[in-house]
Amino acid sequence: MGIVSPGFAGRRRTDDRLPPGQFRTEDFPVLSAGPTPRVPLEQWRFTITSELGREYAWTWPELLALPSDSATVDLHCVTGWSKLGTGWQGVSLDVLFEEVETAAEYAMVHSYGGYTTNLPLQDLLDGQSWIAYRFDGDDLAPEHGGPARLLVPHLYLWKSAKWVRGITLMDQDEPGFWEAAGYHIYGDPWLEQRYQGD
Amino acid sequence: MARAALSGRLTWRTATLVDSRWETGTARTLVLRVPGWPGHLAGQHVDVRLTAEDGYTARRSYSVAAPANGELVELTVQRVDDGEVSPYLTDVLPVDARIELRGPVGGWFVWRPANPRPVLLVAGGSGIVPLMAMVRARGQAGDRTPFRLIYSVRTPEQVYYAQELREARRAGLDVALVYTRTAAEGTRRPPGRITADDLARDGWPAEFQPDCYVCGPTGFVEVVADLLTGLGHDPASIRTERFGPTGG
Amino acid sequence: MTQDGYVDGNALAGPLGEIFTAEVTQAGGRCLHCGLTLALAAVRVYDRAPGLVGRCPGCEEVLLRLVRTPDAAWLDLSGLSALRVALPAD
Repeated sequence: MGIVSPGFAGRRRTDDRLPPGQFRTEDFPVLSAGPTPRVPLEQWRFTITSELGREYAWTWPELLALPSDSATVDLHCVTGWSKLGTGWQGVSLDVLFEEVETAAEYAMVHSYGGYTTNLPLQDLLDGQSWIAYRFDGDDLAPEHGGPARLLVPHLYLWKSAKWVRGITLMDQDEPGFWEAAGYHIYGDPWLEQRYQGD
Repeated sequence: MARAALSGRLTWRTATLVDSRWETGTARTLVLRVPGWPGHLAGQHVDVRLTAEDGYTARRSYSVAAPANGELVELTVQRVDDGEVSPYLTDVLPVDARIELRGPVGGWFVWRPANPRPVLLVAGGSGIVPLMAMVRARGQAGDRTPFRLIYSVRTPEQVYYAQELREARRAGLDVALVYTRTAAEGTRRPPGRITADDLARDGWPAEFQPDCYVCGPTGFVEVVADLLTGLGHDPASIRTERFGPTGG
Repeated sequence: MTQDGYVDGNALAGPLGEIFTAEVTQAGGRCLHCGLTLALAAVRVYDRAPGLVGRCPGCEEVLLRLVRTPDAAWLDLSGLSALRVALPAD
């Protein structure tokens, strides 16, 4: 727990688990912008590239050797469905970023197959995101993003890039695949930020 | 370089309030001591995290108001009515109390004394904070780069760093105040939003190819950036920082 | 109809019909990535996504994206060269 500041109480969100405009689903719809990439594990890499071009890379065995978390989170897809209480296992981005030297504010996430999505770096940190490789007790299936995907549940699910391969850090924000085609640059489901201009 | 010095821009550090002063009736400058602070550049900002006793946390970003000074980091916080974080920082946080800080953040909206170009700073309200860090960095370095500051505020009571800006004016920094609602006594310019004429009169001509830094609320920044390109400034020389609705 | 997640370009007829008056699935263009010349009807359309994504049947690169919001359609054709749309002669 962080340092407690005396007299700080904060303001809590009401206990409603569904963001505006969402409906609850029990299955796990598969959405994709392209064919399912097939990446042999011995070729799999995850790379963080700083704004100065410095690279930090992990192989599959190196990723699995890192301390991992079990996380139970709610998923909110911009197409309207929410899946509550999903169980994942993955490495927190805080662990991966421990070694990274950066002053950048923004991140572009890249996937095998060419998909991209952007978000502020601070949204990846402080226990808010993972590189997840197990879902619901099993290895993450390819159609759900396996072998590993980004999981950043406080934003709409299009930000949780499947088949993640790396993160490039940027001083200025740039739109990724859907953000450049009409979707919101940030995507907070609780503010219903689905499209540009919302 | 030692490992400890390399790591840490993304680590939360403990910051202790050692001093504070009111800039206006609702904006307070906090002087924080942050052991191990790696230093920062004028224009950068920090993330601030507050934790309540039950573990609840809130995070906000604030621009640094003064250039690097050892372990000291200065922030100027504007109290936002009904905000979750800013009223705590302005009205509650006592001297010797601790908060957490992370950074510095930002590689683009920065000014270094070694930069040879003349500089135009355009501030909207609390957007003056990172630009004041640049003004102070120039002073601290004994730098003679031509600087002009255009500072848009609603009323004279809302001007931050008023005394220091008056003194800086006497020491050769050009400062123009643009009042949007109520002008100060004896001001020639009637109150109103910033216009291309203000920027042309109190800024640098585009032929001087200044570096322009514009900071303030999103709407202000977009209007000013458009006015500057309309006056002939190269868009690539205009750096902007928008204070969006990230909460108070 | 669905193999490996995509459908054929005729799936574009309805959505593009909201934007264009001419029949565009027969329109021809060139993939800017691999140079393949094709009619939009031959585009591989991934329609189970937050928008429609059309990919080249030759190289799989993205030719077009179509997003429908409550009050607009966003159409990105940046993966394609100029489109030739046949129109009735005057």
